[in-house]
Amino acid sequence: MPSVTIRGKALIAGVYEHPGRELPDRTLPQIHAEVAAGALADAGLTLADVDAYYSAGDAPGFGALSMAEYLGLDLTYIDDTETGGSAYLVHVQHAAAAIAAGQVNVALITLAGKPRTGGAGPGGSARFSSAPEASFENQFGMSVPGGYALAAARHMHEFGTTSEQLAEVKVAASTHARHNPHAFLQDVVTVDEVVSSPVISDPLHRLDCCVITDGGGALVLVSEAVAASLDRHCVPVLGTGTAIKHTSGGRIDLTHTGATRSGPLAFAEAGVTPADIDYVSIYDSFTITVLMTLEDLGFCEKGHGGRFVSDGALQSPGGELPFNTDGGGLCNNHPANRGGMTKVVEAVRQLRGEAHPAVQVHDCELALAHGTGGSLATRMGSATLVMGRST
Amino acid sequence: MSELGQFGLPVPPPTVNLETQRFWDATAEGRLVLPRCDNCGHVVWYPRERCNQPGSTSVTWFEASGRGTVYSCTVTRRIPGSWRKAAPFVLAYVELEEGPRVLTNIVGCDPETVHIGQAVQAVFDPTPDGPALLRFTPA
Repeated sequence: MPSVTIRGKALIAGVYEHPGRELPDRTLPQIHAEVAAGALADAGLTLADVDAYYSAGDAPGFGALSMAEYLGLDLTYIDDTETGGSAYLVHVQHAAAAIAAGQVNVALITLAGKPRTGGAGPGGSARFSSAPEASFENQFGMSVPGGYALAAARHMHEFGTTSEQLAEVKVAASTHARHNPHAFLQDVVTVDEVVSSPVISDPLHRLDCCVITDGGGALVLVSEAVAASLDRHCVPVLGTGTAIKHTSGGRIDLTHTGATRSGPLAFAEAGVTPADIDYVSIYDSFTITVLMTLEDLGFCEKGHGGRFVSDGALQSPGGELPFNTDGGGLCNNHPANRGGMTKVVEAVRQLRGEAHPAVQVHDCELALAHGTGGSLATRMGSATLVMGRST
Repeated sequence: MSELGQFGLPVPPPTVNLETQRFWDATAEGRLVLPRCDNCGHVVWYPRERCNQPGSTSVTWFEASGRGTVYSCTVTRRIPGSWRKAAPFVLAYVELEEGPRVLTNIVGCDPETVHIGQAVQAVFDPTPDGPALLRFTPA
């Protein structure tokens, strides 16, 4: 444990998820600006209050530097940490540390993208082609689903996980998405429908994959002093953990994620255990991502994820561990092909009691959000946050 | 990139640099050479002039057997772009006899028959520029 803790020193004062899922008539900077305004308004703050700004690979141009100018921010702190879709949870950790150190009062984190109508994928693709690993991975037709399929196939081989068990993850997400008027997919699906949808890359079917949506989101973190001046319910950050897992010089292990290390760090800092958590937002690029992450965070034994997610365990209300009550990336939204931002947003809604009444977890005191950026098949940035209704 | 190679898969030329020249030159001759760390003996993948153990930059290149087993595999059936016409094809990690798990394709067989634990042997699929891609076929 670090000798100086961020526990309770930084609070999430504002969150915003763009309601759009197809945004052909906006530029990328405009979407960043819209979500920034939304989260600041939620907190009761303005752009003029922001002294720290965080963006990742989805920010255009020079990243946070370009966006700071576009947004008209006056900054004394900036952070462009890029770990793919988990970056926004890493940003929360970094912002909480900077706030705890007294260097930052109001931190703004934004995400925006147009993979659905904008043609290009998320930022950073030019960098990928110059990566030292590029010619040893890009020559073999590894799609994103193909990479996750390699992880799923190995998990099935080692632990007996089945396609029907993976499908349970999607089914649970769909039962939540039906209550979300903004969800990209609002129909409840069955296990049979998932496993009979077209195979993209064995063993993953189309309905094992997340949606592709335009949009974005933003978070505002503040110090205790700023929080005390706001009318809004501010959610304290209690624990944070980041871990990088890669191929280790050619010894990749496809059945574990970086959550095996980021999770314990976050739980220890928060002083809680998995059994204490009331609600989880789990990164759900694919159904297999959720199943492996739940195991690695300690919500069930390694290899038992398939059994754990069966019988509605992830459904709210009533399930043993309600997850992704907005419908998650599998049904609701995966803006910019990056699901981390919306994971934090829904966790904050739950802690504030502002999730849809049909899926609100009763007496939600402790929530966990987890991001998995990069790929299960190569290298990933895993980030875990534990947040509380109060300190 | 649009041309398919002898196994019906795209054969995009790799980017060769000072660290990977040895590897790619060998593939053009149908040989698999790998770097082994002089300190710890770790056989490093992807090829580079250092070990993944921090601080070790001394490696010796040696000729590997080309034998391995399938660590994981998937038949990709739907994929956009230049690979679309190659589908269905097998994407796999093969664990080499010398240790590394390498991302590759299994070729020269019915994709539906490829399975984890299967013994495979390296084949070299020439690209238009000379270097060949390391792929595998059932042993």
